[in-house]
Amino acid sequence: MNSVSGTHSVRFQAEPINLKNAQVQKLVKIVLGLMAVTLVIPVALIILTLLQKGSPAISWQFLTTFPSNGMTAGGIFPALLGTVWLVAISLLASVPLGVAAAIYLSEYAPQDHWLTRVINLATINLAGVPSIVHALFGLGAFVAFFRLGTSILAASLTLAVMTLPVVIVASWESLQSVPQAFREACWNMGATRWQTIWHVVLPNALTGILTGIILQVSRAAGETAPIMFTGAAFFLPFLPSGIMDQTMALALHLFTISTQVPGVPEEIPFGVALVLFGIVLVVNAFSIWLRMYLRSKKKW
Amino acid sequence: MNTRSDLSPTGNAAGDIRNQDWYVDKFFQSAMFVCGISAIVFVIGIFIFVFKEGAGFIIQQMDWAEFFLSPKWRPTSATQATYGTLAMVAGTAAVTVISMAIALPFSFGAAIYIAEFAQGRTREWLKVIIEMLAAIPSVVWGFIGLMIMNPLIIESFDVPIGLNVLNAGIILGLMAAPIITSIAEDAFKAVPDTYREAAEALGATKWQVVYKVILPAAKNGLLSAALLGVGRAFGETMAVLMASGHALTIPGSVFDSIRALTATIAAELGETPVGSDHYQALFAIGIFLFTITFIINMTADFIVRGIKNQ
Amino acid sequence: MNRTASKNNKISIRNLTIRYGNFTALSEVSLDIPANEVFGIIGPANSGKTSFLNALNRMDMMRTTMQVEGSVLFNGVDVRSWSNVYALRSKIGVVFPLPVGLPLSIYDNVALSPRLRGIANKSQIDEIVERSLRRAALWDEVKDRLTSLGSLLSGGQQQRLTIARALSQDPEVLMLDEFSIAVDPVTTMRIEDVLKELKQQMTVILVTNLVQQANRLADRTAFFLDGRCVEVGETRALFAGKVTDQRTHDYIEGRFG
Ligand SMILES: Nc1ncnc2c1ncn2[C@@H]1O[C@H](COP(=O)(O)OP(=O)(O)OP(=O)(O)O)[C@@H](O)[C@H]1O
Ligand SMILES: [Mg+2]
Repeated sequence: MNSVSGTHSVRFQAEPINLKNAQVQKLVKIVLGLMAVTLVIPVALIILTLLQKGSPAISWQFLTTFPSNGMTAGGIFPALLGTVWLVAISLLASVPLGVAAAIYLSEYAPQDHWLTRVINLATINLAGVPSIVHALFGLGAFVAFFRLGTSILAASLTLAVMTLPVVIVASWESLQSVPQAFREACWNMGATRWQTIWHVVLPNALTGILTGIILQVSRAAGETAPIMFTGAAFFLPFLPSGIMDQTMALALHLFTISTQVPGVPEEIPFGVALVLFGIVLVVNAFSIWLRMYLRSKKKW
Repeated sequence: MNTRSDLSPTGNAAGDIRNQDWYVDKFFQSAMFVCGISAIVFVIGIFIFVFKEGAGFIIQQMDWAEFFLSPKWRPTSATQATYGTLAMVAGTAAVTVISMAIALPFSFGAAIYIAEFAQGRTREWLKVIIEMLAAIPSVVWGFIGLMIMNPLIIESFDVPIGLNVLNAGIILGLMAAPIITSIAEDAFKAVPDTYREAAEALGATKWQVVYKVILPAAKNGLLSAALLGVGRAFGETMAVLMASGHALTIPGSVFDSIRALTATIAAELGETPVGSDHYQALFAIGIFLFTITFIINMTADFIVRGIKNQ
Repeated sequence: MNRTASKNNKISIRNLTIRYGNFTALSEVSLDIPANEVFGIIGPANSGKTSFLNALNRMDMMRTTMQVEGSVLFNGVDVRSWSNVYALRSKIGVVFPLPVGLPLSIYDNVALSPRLRGIANKSQIDEIVERSLRRAALWDEVKDRLTSLGSLLSGGQQQRLTIARALSQDPEVLMLDEFSIAVDPVTTMRIEDVLKELKQQMTVILVTNLVQQANRLADRTAFFLDGRCVEVGETRALFAGKVTDQRTHDYIEGRFG
């Protein structure tokens, strides 16, 4: 008891749980449970509405053709492809950098050192910077300063910077879950730090890192603000021929046809939203499943 | 450094050569370090590049009093351009307040339920679904505000327009809820089990334990969760752009349309000539946003660290 | 204790002091360990035994708070003058109190060290794996399932796997830190037999919490207490009661707080 009353003075009735308490307890549990469910309901409602209103639009043709009639008809192919481009290239940049940063933090950085502390703070802050500020950064740095112009490359790099902290944190957690005893065993047999990381730590953290990266895919796919001034275009009548071209993107396309273009039949934006949400949901579900599967397959 | 006695010869031992592995190790140590500090580089980079574009305006053009105290944002006016952000600040604040009023109770309630009451499957499923909530892209949220919430609000409250503080507030509340829930849950989990056991041994019911022991012990964590939620709502762009009506007014009620700081940048940056006053003023708003979120994040981290040091 | 380091000494330690921040875990230890000896170290918990072992293969480099003073000569050369500390460590095998089966196959557990040393020849590695597992008295039990996960073995088997892994380094010195803590008595005896054999080929430093184990195996034994080396002597003499410090006797006799 002392451990409790030491900091907070707490007083309970000494008698055993009486009836009234039991009722209050039940009520509280129900109320809290309802509050949790309240957060669940919107997900269900959103999925149902999107399915109901968006599924009429979805067809093979919708996914594989260009928009037509000033984006009031036709498909979403260039936007879909553009999103794949953007996500893929942003991953190419953020994954190696993020995993390496996590390796530094987990395997090299001295604990309680000011630099480690500053890196952690920077990571937290990078994750908290509003996406529109990332857009400004991308515009100032990649588009203008590094002269990449508004291009897939500039937009992907902007996305990469934005998603970097999530890769770092997910990879770090995964590296930390590898028991210290494994590292000790390797060091003691004469393995260098890098050999230890490469042969023992990384292979055992890889699946966890992968889970984090998959989650990352869904984040990057849904982002709009960071790409809208750095490389994504409202409409392009042709596909990009390389990473220095602009591209359409699914998220921006949804924004465009639901706010900028008059006279779009309702099912098209709902269809786009359904596709975007569907991608994100499937990727997320896969990542969650992978995580649970891995937990059941732990090797130690 | 080391006190060598007379019998410690240095010189080479058998097999003591720096081989390839040694150099590879050294190389990767440096390489990982360089990548390790990338987060710092980017945070500084963001500040420098955003500041660089907005600096000219801030230093030469900007009237500080006008920027912060005038509600008039008329960057394109040919005769008298004014750059006041007060209306946007008020709009952003209103939406943030409403979103927190919605998100905080439900998130904390859900977090308590998950951490202290729910068990096994229920708990796993709740966590998974709340994680799904976090995964919904902001443009989809904005779309929901525009297409679903808008008619709903117009009908329910009999108001002319449903794109307003209430709409954006609800949307942002739902967006911020998962992050608040998960940080709050961590805060509850961080309370040592001995606290619970000690209280339960005295015959306290679970609720009494939560109310009198867990909540007070986790209060710093909850505060930090709330702050990060504020940061999230404050910095959100697409959803608030689409759901808030984007009208430049200081809101008098939750049914007024507003325009957020973030949304202003998103809506106007594409149409401003690079380097113009207007363009630079948008970057100045960016610096403002960056500074506020920086302060929010540092404070939240400071509070959490406070718990750990106890 | 004041004999000068002769070439015969595999390891010579002079004035070894180990600190963690302000806390001194070991102070002013000086002793010599000749080649092909089983050198026992006994002492109660927290007396600095593990810290001592860590200083020998320079594991202090991997621990930010650990500081080492004094000198440790390995083959007559100070371990701190090694320019490639990994080469030094690969000459010293280490076995931990709790077995550490790396999450690799049994084969890969033992093959890891030779592979890291750059041996790529498959038959050569096969040969090292088999020899090491045989020397650790594990071969017969695992030879049919070399590809199954090492961490799935029983505690006693994993400890022998750890020993096999240490032996795969072809070490000049084998350091065992309370290896029998998580091992049943029968397996302990088997490992002890293995150690008696190994003495022919290498120097063994045996930290043990069982004084009788030191009695059974060690040629000479040191008694550590509260970060000091109280006594070093012939094991037989110490256990016969020929001690210079009463505390050694008390500890050996089990009369210790
Ligand atoms: N990394 C460390 N940081 C701080 N103190 C440490 C560290 N490692 C060991 N110590 C301290 O140094 C002292 C000696 O520890 P050591 O592990 O060497 O003892 P030991 O004789 O091996 O004990 P045991 O028989 O329990 O294994 C202990 O008081 C311990 O708390
Ligand atoms: Mg020990």
